[in-house]
Amino acid sequence: MTMRQSIRFVRDGKAVELTDIGPNDTLLDYLRLTEESRGTKEGCAEGDCGACSVAVGAINKNGQLEYQAVNSCIQLLGMLDGKEIITVDDLSRGQEALHPVQDAMVRHHGSQCGFCTPGIVMSLFTLYHKGIKADRQAINNQLAGNLCRCTGYRPIIDAALESCNGSLDDRFVQAYAATTETLNKLDDGQDVFLGTPERFFAAPASIASLAKLYSQHPDAIVVAGATDVGLWITKQLRDLPKIIHLGRVEGLDRVEDNGAELLIGAGATYAQAEDALATIDPDIAEVVRRIGSSQVRASGTIGGNIANGSPIGDSPPLLIALDARLGLEKADSKREIRLEDFFIDYGKQDRQPGEFVSYVKVPKLAKNQFLRSYKISKRFDQDISALLAAFRLTVEHNRITEARIAFGGMAATPKRAAKTEKILVGLDLADQSGWTKAAETLEQDYQPISDMRASKEYRNDVAKGLLLKALHEISHAVSDTASPETRVIGQRNNSLREAV
Amino acid sequence: MLKKIPSPAPALNVGKATKHDSADRHVRGNALYIDDIREPRGTLHLAPGYARESCGKIKSLDLDAVRSAPGVVAVLTASDIPGLNDCSPSFGGDPILADGRIEFHGQVVFAVVARSHLEARKAAKLAHIEVIAETPMVTAEDGLAREASVLPTYEFSRGSPEATIKASPLALSDSFRIGGQEHFYLEGQVSLAIPQDQGEILVHTSTQHPTEIQHLIAKMLKIRDAAVVCECRRMGGAFGGKESQAAQWACLAALASHVTGRPAKMRLDRDDDMIMTGKRHDFRCDWQAGFDETGKISAVEVDFLARCGCSADLSLGVNDRTMFHADNSYYYPENRITSHRIKTNTVSNTAFRGFGGPQGMVFSERMMDAIAIKLGLDPLDVRKTNFYGDSGRDITPFGMKVEDNILEELVGELEQTSDYRKRRQEIQAFNTRSPFLKKGLALNPLKFGISFTLKHLNQAGALVHVYTDGSVQVNHGGTEMGQGLYTKVAQVVAEEFGIDLENVQITATTTDKVPNTAPTAASSGTDLNGMAAKLAAETIKSRLIDLAAKLYQIEKSAISFANNHVQIGQQKIPFAELTQQAFLQRVSLSSTGYYATPNITWDRDSKSGRPFLYFAYGAACAEVTIDTLTGEMVIDRVDILHDVGKSLNPALDIGQIEGGFVQGMGWLTTEELVYDDQGRLRTHAPSTYKIPTASDLPDDFRVKLWDSPGNREDTIYRSKAVGEPPVMLATAVFSAITNAIASLKPGVLPQISAPATPENILAAVKLMKSGD
Repeated sequence: MTMRQSIRFVRDGKAVELTDIGPNDTLLDYLRLTEESRGTKEGCAEGDCGACSVAVGAINKNGQLEYQAVNSCIQLLGMLDGKEIITVDDLSRGQEALHPVQDAMVRHHGSQCGFCTPGIVMSLFTLYHKGIKADRQAINNQLAGNLCRCTGYRPIIDAALESCNGSLDDRFVQAYAATTETLNKLDDGQDVFLGTPERFFAAPASIASLAKLYSQHPDAIVVAGATDVGLWITKQLRDLPKIIHLGRVEGLDRVEDNGAELLIGAGATYAQAEDALATIDPDIAEVVRRIGSSQVRASGTIGGNIANGSPIGDSPPLLIALDARLGLEKADSKREIRLEDFFIDYGKQDRQPGEFVSYVKVPKLAKNQFLRSYKISKRFDQDISALLAAFRLTVEHNRITEARIAFGGMAATPKRAAKTEKILVGLDLADQSGWTKAAETLEQDYQPISDMRASKEYRNDVAKGLLLKALHEISHAVSDTASPETRVIGQRNNSLREAV
Repeated sequence: MLKKIPSPAPALNVGKATKHDSADRHVRGNALYIDDIREPRGTLHLAPGYARESCGKIKSLDLDAVRSAPGVVAVLTASDIPGLNDCSPSFGGDPILADGRIEFHGQVVFAVVARSHLEARKAAKLAHIEVIAETPMVTAEDGLAREASVLPTYEFSRGSPEATIKASPLALSDSFRIGGQEHFYLEGQVSLAIPQDQGEILVHTSTQHPTEIQHLIAKMLKIRDAAVVCECRRMGGAFGGKESQAAQWACLAALASHVTGRPAKMRLDRDDDMIMTGKRHDFRCDWQAGFDETGKISAVEVDFLARCGCSADLSLGVNDRTMFHADNSYYYPENRITSHRIKTNTVSNTAFRGFGGPQGMVFSERMMDAIAIKLGLDPLDVRKTNFYGDSGRDITPFGMKVEDNILEELVGELEQTSDYRKRRQEIQAFNTRSPFLKKGLALNPLKFGISFTLKHLNQAGALVHVYTDGSVQVNHGGTEMGQGLYTKVAQVVAEEFGIDLENVQITATTTDKVPNTAPTAASSGTDLNGMAAKLAAETIKSRLIDLAAKLYQIEKSAISFANNHVQIGQQKIPFAELTQQAFLQRVSLSSTGYYATPNITWDRDSKSGRPFLYFAYGAACAEVTIDTLTGEMVIDRVDILHDVGKSLNPALDIGQIEGGFVQGMGWLTTEELVYDDQGRLRTHAPSTYKIPTASDLPDDFRVKLWDSPGNREDTIYRSKAVGEPPVMLATAVFSAITNAIASLKPGVLPQISAPATPENILAAVKLMKSGD
C-alpha cells in the first residue's frame, strides 16, 4: 500500500500541502505564526473559551459539505488532513461586504472589546451554514463554547437569531460544488505518515493499518479529537513524539442502529453520534448536549471519552447504566467486554499494549426500562461534571426488577452502585418508604473526594438527591400520573415514552 | 429637589446609537491587539518562572538547565534590574522579580527570554528553586490570627451604634462570605517592548494605565520618564485587571529589551495569567443591625474583612469604596463601618469593575433580606422604608449629602413594569405547590458614587488636531477596553465641530501625545476624557469663530457649525473651507484640552468632604428557580432600569448595563475561586473557573434606560458614568436565591455565601431542612 508523507487541506479554495510538520504542531500556531493570519485569537489554549474557533469543512456521510466550528488551539495540524479550513480572515476580505453573520453582529452591537468576536463569528458562521432557522436553544448550544466577558451575550444572540435564519447566501455556499470536488480529490484513502519512526504524525486509513502501526509503536499516543491530548501539549508542555490520529480510519466513525442496540465506532464524534443516542432517551440527548461545547463535540469522540479513562468523563457512567459493551482490537485479536469492566482503577484500564478501542455497543431500552440521567456542574453548559448520575430501572408491575446505577465523579473510575442497586431490586415504586434507605446506601458504594469542583459532602448529598429525583420521576412515569416539577434544566416531555 | 437642568440643543452625533468605532474590524478579525502586531525581526519572547511554594525565603536558584534549553537567549533575575525592582501602583511590595523571598504561589522569580514563546515556556519549567517554606496565611482568618495587614484599619462611624442596636426593638447579627472574582479578560496580559533611537523605549502594552507603566519602566531602568513611550490602541477586555496588574509584564518585556537590545514580547499563558495576577477582593462580612417592626434601621455595625493578598496594590481605594457603598441606597442613622485590610500569602488582589463597591452592596442587600425574612415582610418594602430621603435622612455614613436621589421614582417604575407584586404572589403559590423546585424574586436598587476617591486622579487631558482638509484627529488619556470610550469621545468632538463622525480620526492612547494621565477606571473615562476633548475642540472652534467673524465681518453669535458646514450669517461654507482659511491666515488648528473634576473635596484623614461628584442609580428585578435536591439554579427573568443621565450613546450604554449585569451575575453564582491549604489557586483556567456562557443569560431579559432629564451636575452632555454600576444590579440575583431558599422555612435567614454555586445553595437548603 502506498503511503503519503504530507498532509493536505483546503485554504481559500486551494489545496495546500505540507510535508514538514511536527506531531505536536497546532492549527492555531500554524494560522498565527506560519500563515500570520492573526484574526484568530488565542484566549486560553485549552479549548474552553472559543476565541480561536475556526470553521472546518468536511464531506459528511451523505456526501455533503458540512462546516463545524472547532477550537484551533487544541487541533493538531495533522488532523486537518483532507479538510477545508476557514478563519475569520477569510470571511470578507479587504473591502468586501461583511458576511451576513458579521453584518448582524455589527448592527446588534455584538462586540465590545472584540477579542472573542472572531471566534463567535466563526461559530455562528457554522450555524448559518446549517441552513436552519436557529432558535434560542440552538444558538445557546452553538455558543456554549464561546465565552464573551463584555456583552452578556444578548446582542450576540440577537445577531444570531437574525442572521442564522435558514437563508444560505454567501460565497462559501456558492463554492460548495467546487469545494466538494477539491475535498473529494484530496480523499485518496492513503495512509498518512510524516516524520521518522522516532517522531511522527500518522493518520492510517484503515483499521488494519492502524492495528499494524500501533503494534509497532505501542508507545504512541492515539488521538481522535485531541480535546484532551491537545492540553497535554499546550498546558503540560509535554512532548508527544508519536501521534496516531484516528480521523482517517475508514469505518471507524460508523454509527449503526441495529434495532435493539446502537453500534458507535470509536472514531465517531459526539456530533456524529448524538442523534442516534438521542433516540434511546431524551436524558441521553441532554447529557451529550452538555458535554463540552459544540466545538468539542465536533472533534471529541465517545471512544476517546472511554479510552481516556477519566473518572469524570460524562459518557462512561451513562453507557455503563445502559449496559454497554466495548470492542477492543489489536493487530492479531479482537475482543468485546462489558464497559464497566474496562475501568480498573484511576488511570488504569483493561487495555493491552497496541490495543485500541474500536467501538461501543449501546443496548436500547426495553419497554419496561426507564433511564434517568443528570449532570451536575457549577455552570450548566460547557463544564466538567462535579458528578454525573445515570439510573436504569427495569420495572414489572410497579416493582423494580433490575437496577443499574452508575456515577461519574464519585470514585476513581466511573463506577456502579452495587449495594444500592441491591436495595432497590424488589422495591415497590408506589411505596416511598424504602427510598431513603436506598439513597443512604449510596454512601457505602462511594467515597468521593473533595476538589475544586465540589466537596465530598456535596457529592454525597447530591447523589442521594438525584436517586430520589429519579425514583420520583420514574414512579410517576410508571403510574402515568403528573409529576411535580423536578428539574430546572433538561426538562423532558414526560408523555414521550412513559406508558408501560 | 432636583436642580433644574437646561434642556440641550438638538445633537447631531451625541445621543446616537452609533456602533463601536472598531465594530467592523472586530468582526473581520483585523482589529489589532498587541499579540497581532507584526513583530519586528528578531523579536524575543518571555515566559515567567516561579516556585512551587507559596511563602518563604529563596535558598537557592539553579537556572543552568533553563539557560541551556533550546532557543533561550537570556534569563532575567532580580539582579538584572538596574533601577527600582518594584511595580506597585501605591505603597511598594510588588517586586518585578522576587528578590530573596516569595510571598505567594505564582510570584515570578525569573523570566526566560527565548526565540519563541513555546521555547520560553518550556525552558521556564526547568528551574530548580529551593525555598525554605513557611506556613502561608491563606484565608483572611489566617492573616487576622497573625495580625497581618497590608494597610491600617479604617472606619466610618456616627452615633453610638452598639448601644442603639441593643436598645432597638429588634436586632439581627450575621456573618457571611463574599467570593472574589477573576477578571477573565479574553485577551491575556501582553506587552511588546521595542528599543528606539537614543536609548528610548516604545512599549505597546495592554493596560488601562499607560502613564503608570511609563513611570515604572523608567524607574526600573533608571532612565527618565521622557525616554519611555507607552501605547495602547485597544485591550481585549480589562475590567480593572489591567489597571495596576499590567505593569509587571510590561516591565519585564522592557527589561528583556534593555538587556538584549532586541524587541521583546511578554504574553502570559492563560493559566499563568490567572495564577499570577490579582482578582476581586473576597470578604468575610460580620454585621449587626437594630431596627423596628417596619424594618426601619436604627443602627448598623459592620466589619469587612478583606483578603488583600500579599501587598497593598490598590487595596486602599478598593476597600474605601466598599465602605462608601456599605449603605448602598439606605440611610443608617447610626453606624460603624470598619474595614480590615488583611495580608495573606496569596496573589495581591486588585481593581475589578466596581472597585470594592459591589462587596459593600452585597452586604447591604443581604441585611435588607435578613430583616425582611425575620419580620415576614416583603423585602422591597423594607428596602423602600430605608431609602435615603428628605432632609434628616440624606447624609451618608461618610458625611456626604445625597442630593440627586431618584430611587423612589426609578424603583417605583421598575416595580410596575416588572409586575413585581403580582409575581410575588404567583411565586408564593408556586412554592406552596412545588415540593422540589422553589422560586425567589427580588428587586434591588443601586446607588454608585462617581469620581475617583483619590482626588488627584480626577483629571484628564486631550489633544485635538484639525487638518486643513477638515479632518480631525483626537487623542486623549483614556484607554479603550471595549467600553466604547473612543467612540463616545469621537462623538463629542464631532458634535463640537458639527461634522460627521467619519471625519474624526481616532488614535491610540499614547504617553507621547497626552502625558500624565489617570488610569481609565472608576467609570470615569468618558466624564473626564470626553470633557477634556470637548475643551480642546472648543478652543479650536473659538479660534475658527474669531477668524470667521473677522473674515466675514459678522457677529460671532451668527456663526455655527453643523452638517460639515459652517453657518456664517446667511452664508454657509464647508467646514474644510474654513480650516483652509485658518492655515492661510496663520491660525493654529491644534489644541490640548484639560479637565479637572470640580466640586470634589474628600479628605481621607479627616473623613470629611465630598468624594463624589454625583451618584448613578439603577435597579434590577430578578426571578430564579432553585432545585432543592441538587442546589442547581436558573435565572428565569431579569428586568433592569438604569440611570445614565442623558445617554451619549444608548447602544453602548445598554451594552455596558447588560454586560455589567451578567458579569456581576457570574461573580455571585458560578464563578468560584478555590485555593488549596497552601494558598495555591486550583481554578486557574476556564475549565475550572466558570464565567457565564450564552445559556446563562435569562431567557427573559428586559433592559431599559431610565428616562432621565440629564445629570444635574454639569457633566459631558449631562450624561452619567456607566462602566461599573451595572455590575451591582446583580445583587438582585443573589437576593432572589436567598428568598427562594427562605421559602423553605419562613422567618429563618438562609446561611448562603457568595457565590451561590449549586453546592452553596444545597448546603443552605440542607440547613433549612435540618431543624434549627
